[in-house]
Amino acid sequence: MKILIPTPLRQYAGKKDAVDVPAQTVGEALSGLTTQYSDLRKHLYTDDGKLRAFVNVYLNDEDIRYLQKENTPVNDGDTLAIVPSIAGG
Amino acid sequence: MPAIAENVQPVMLSNEEVLRYSRHLIMPEVGMEGQLKLKTAKVLCIGAGGLGSPLAMYLAAAGVGTLGLVDFDVVDFTNLQRQIIHSTGDVGRKKLDSAEESIKGINPYVDVRKFETRLSSENALELFRDFDIVVDGTDNFPTRYLVNDACVLTGKPNVYGSIFRFEGQASVLATKEGPCYRCWYPEPPPPGLVPSCAEGGVLGILPGLVGVIQATEVVKLILCKGEPLIGRVLLVDALGMKFRQLKLKKNPDCPVCSAHPTITELIDYQEFCGIRGEEAPVTTNVPEIQPEELKQRLDAGEDIFILDVREPHEYQICNLNGYLIPLGDLPQRVNELDSSREIVAHCRSGVRSGKAVQFLRQAGFRKVKNLAGGVLAWSDRVDPKMPKY
Repeated sequence: MKILIPTPLRQYAGKKDAVDVPAQTVGEALSGLTTQYSDLRKHLYTDDGKLRAFVNVYLNDEDIRYLQKENTPVNDGDTLAIVPSIAGG
Repeated sequence: MPAIAENVQPVMLSNEEVLRYSRHLIMPEVGMEGQLKLKTAKVLCIGAGGLGSPLAMYLAAAGVGTLGLVDFDVVDFTNLQRQIIHSTGDVGRKKLDSAEESIKGINPYVDVRKFETRLSSENALELFRDFDIVVDGTDNFPTRYLVNDACVLTGKPNVYGSIFRFEGQASVLATKEGPCYRCWYPEPPPPGLVPSCAEGGVLGILPGLVGVIQATEVVKLILCKGEPLIGRVLLVDALGMKFRQLKLKKNPDCPVCSAHPTITELIDYQEFCGIRGEEAPVTTNVPEIQPEELKQRLDAGEDIFILDVREPHEYQICNLNGYLIPLGDLPQRVNELDSSREIVAHCRSGVRSGKAVQFLRQAGFRKVKNLAGGVLAWSDRVDPKMPKY
């Protein structure tokens, strides 16, 4: 599945704006991503392995917090979007 | 649709106004009724900068009767690349005065109310009460959480927009039935993680794109027409020219907007965002060298290794003939440096190089210093021919 990388995090993902990972669940996809790009881990997860509260993850257009979080099943054609908060104005 | 307070006094349009708004009046979606709603509406714009500029200008053009502006800042030369409500001749002037002049020039019928103050927990609630809609055009996390909470507490919709480099977000938050900012992002990022426009840069047109989306949402709310971005977020990717929509749900356990809120008063937002005192770039206590001293020692022929931790495109603007290792690459390329030599690290303003010095000291380098103020200070105090950016 495709994971969309937001601007603030592209520097930790080899400057890519999207990464393809094989996965059956959201958790597997994110795990695959952070295995490939280990620098991303500390920006996405706290020390005790939780997704940071200023980063939201969407399966297509749904917030995974309202699905089954990291256990949400995914299909090949799905897109995962990582959307951190930004504040510029 | 959130209800906008009905103004009981009869409001009319003069013949001049009818002609001015003709292109609105001839559309059934607006008509006389809609234009009168715009005239009686009171919209508070927090920030007269990147987002505030196009927003205020278009709301003025549309005939919003009262525009409140909150900004304590002065027009800076670097603002002109995107803050189009201000002109070159306004540099040095208060943003409020410059914005008022532009607004009045576009539409003298707008009542402009200026609030030259930093929005705070002490003044926000009172300020918001007199207005129907609040537009968040601020540029930092503490104020965004403050605006959100104050909107929820005063029952005013928060027309939200934010930008970073070439991406933006827009939504209508804090409506009764809809989610608020805390439903979306319960916690802010740690300070220093997400750079400001000054540090990260921003595509000049971007606040134009997002600010006008905010203005559009304000007009729709006033007219009660169309579908506002309630329960939805619009993500803008200007480089790809892609617009994506995400669903935003109201959090039934939201501390501020749920049925059982735990936050019923405004809090200390600086503390909430992990910032103590004045919001400042993350500074580190590292050994420093002033530009004058570096110049003196270089002229005396001393063997000093200049490490430039900026990006390649910045090196092309101006440089001190330093050895370029961008800060992000430093951990992988640290073995290119000789710890037995005296090293002075620099960047544009001294922030990134401060982090570089801290990193190098942790890696065992003992003879490394930060050039205080970076190339900006070098240009100011040593070599005025060096361009500032």
